[in-house]
Amino acid sequence: MELLSGADMLIRSLQDEGIEYVYGYPGGAALHIYDALFRQDKVKHILVRHEQAAVHMADGYARATGKPGTVLVTSGPGATNTITGIATAFMDSIPMVVLCGQVASTLIGEDAFQETDMIGVSRPVVKHNLSVRHPEEIPEVIRKAYYIAATGRPGPVVVDIPKDMTTPNERYEYSYPKKVKLRSYNPAIRGHAGQIKKAVDMMLAARRPIIYAGGGVILGKASEQLTELVRTLGYPITNTLMGIGCYPASDKQHLGWLGMHGTYEANMAMHHSDLILCVGARFDDRVTNATEKFCPGARIIHIDIDPASISKTVDADVPIVGPVDAVLKEMQALVKESKEKPDADAIAAWWKQIDEWRAFHGMRYETSDDVIKPQEVIEMLCRLTNGEAYVTSDVGQHQMFAAQYYKFDKPNRWINSGGLGTMGFGLPAAMGVKLTHPDDEVLCITGEGSIQMNIQELSTCKQYNLPVKIINLNNQALGMVKQWQDMNYESRHSQSYMESLPDFTKLAEAYGHKGVVIDKKADLESKLKEVLAMKDELVFVDIYVDRFEHVYPMQVARGSMKDMWLSKTERV
Amino acid sequence: MRRIISVLLENEPGALSRVVGLFSQRNYNIETLTVAPTEDETLSRLTVTTTGSDKVIEQITKQLNKLIEVVKLVDLTEGSHIERELMLVKLKATGSQRAEIKRTVDIFRGQIVDVTSSVYTVQLAGDSEKLDGFIQAVGTSGVLEVVRTGVSGIARGEKVLSL
Repeated sequence: MELLSGADMLIRSLQDEGIEYVYGYPGGAALHIYDALFRQDKVKHILVRHEQAAVHMADGYARATGKPGTVLVTSGPGATNTITGIATAFMDSIPMVVLCGQVASTLIGEDAFQETDMIGVSRPVVKHNLSVRHPEEIPEVIRKAYYIAATGRPGPVVVDIPKDMTTPNERYEYSYPKKVKLRSYNPAIRGHAGQIKKAVDMMLAARRPIIYAGGGVILGKASEQLTELVRTLGYPITNTLMGIGCYPASDKQHLGWLGMHGTYEANMAMHHSDLILCVGARFDDRVTNATEKFCPGARIIHIDIDPASISKTVDADVPIVGPVDAVLKEMQALVKESKEKPDADAIAAWWKQIDEWRAFHGMRYETSDDVIKPQEVIEMLCRLTNGEAYVTSDVGQHQMFAAQYYKFDKPNRWINSGGLGTMGFGLPAAMGVKLTHPDDEVLCITGEGSIQMNIQELSTCKQYNLPVKIINLNNQALGMVKQWQDMNYESRHSQSYMESLPDFTKLAEAYGHKGVVIDKKADLESKLKEVLAMKDELVFVDIYVDRFEHVYPMQVARGSMKDMWLSKTERV
Repeated sequence: MRRIISVLLENEPGALSRVVGLFSQRNYNIETLTVAPTEDETLSRLTVTTTGSDKVIEQITKQLNKLIEVVKLVDLTEGSHIERELMLVKLKATGSQRAEIKRTVDIFRGQIVDVTSSVYTVQLAGDSEKLDGFIQAVGTSGVLEVVRTGVSGIARGEKVLSL
């Protein structure tokens, strides 16, 4: 057997795990590892400009590819800078392994230079964390970390590696474990057959059914099974913000997404349904509005890999714990062989009602002859990219507009921080996507507030040639904060605008990229076309949009799903 | 409602902090907590008493089960069970108090485990109500110090919590 140092074992383990990219930033406690990285070329390292961005890059990579991302940072500030990124991944169940250097084990607890208890600091925002206590453990710890991160309900795993675990001149026998078994961790591999049967019977007997799908469908790679089942049943489907793309948005059975800024028809159909089939979603407060008023006439079937997601906020009548792909497949088979068929008249009447709701609002917005509306920018981008771009977003109004007006027919293409709502996520996430999808269009839809939270990464983009397109919907204010202040605080705009915005085009140019300003409606289409034609350039597109626009529909706070503002003046 | 949840936990550094952290993160109560290794040295047994609605208790057990280091758990209060807590109490004991305290200790089936001219140290085991009852019986004015272990519990009959 080969003898390797701890640092070499770590890098070799990453190779054996099939890791292509590591995003990171070096520092004292990680230097042995960085030296081992230097002496090989299988695992490529991307040097970011701030550790938070490394985590979002790994996150973007994971969301686009379905494979776990990998981050490498040093101890202390290097490690603590990753926390926002880790919490982002945790809230959205994104598989990821974060390798953190640590001071030597002999110094732990002595307040050594750059010492932080990363195991303690990260504990509430990780699926699990592990520390290396002997160099020989490294291959097993790494195997375990990826196994835990990627199986069951995925999530981030932190590995804390004291510097003396990676000392170059101490060598140990290396072998990478093929399998890992944990007696206390056994994610379900199929759903309960009796529960699935019961659920299918209920589904076939329903008169006003709706399917409510979430990010779990994308994480569980079950879009195909979901689409097949929904088409077989002929029932309406809505999905969450995290589930966008799990079912084709252009399909007539799709009602758009639901919740706080969901479509009128999706929220109405949920509220009036008699049966909800929830697939890989978690009845989040941004979906349900007030839970005590949630869908009063509906019985609920809930499929989820995580038992703790079931009946957490809203009680399920039929819980099914299992991987969504396997459960949906079994459901499809049962639906096909069942003698019972959906009540055609009831379902037709249900569709008639839904189509009326659809016609009533239809995601309309006021247009103007001279002011650029943010919604029309997104609609135009969708058209110009045939709805096939990878779109990352930051957090705020632009995020909602992007999700509402860009129509995604495929999973893994809409990439946003849904659970934590992390401003600064968009650009590094787009970089993570572009790196592995060089031939695809990658748009980062952002605002002038969010983009400044990780703008230093323009430098990383230059170093690694990552020609993403940054679409800055510039309304010269923290739009969503301002919208809430308009609606709830009599338009007292406390700290929601920034007086001295930089000249973003010059900033982009300073980093070696292109900058384009669009401030006239007449130029919008031609300039966007020019931008998209610059395939090999990162272009920062600074678009001056309507400063007063609000996102609608918007659910009325503490109301039911059907209580919404449809515009600044219309409330239903 | 008060519940006693008994947990088999990997006997590893950091495992206990994950359990305790979970309770504070998710705003659950911990009333008592005891933990010690079992006859299998790779496992610790942890007993926590908590209060909450059925919905909260369901979430507590699910969230505990999600922790990678939690191997198995049981809500003892779902079935018949035995619960015990150990208490050591230091009592002021002078003059006629000494005989009175001795009588009360006997009634509660406790033991006086240390004696000085002015102080008795009493050891008492039982469920939490019995221990509360003893303190009430001797009166708080004579109590110098109380230390309680927190509740340990085990199911009655054939049912066992093991691998």
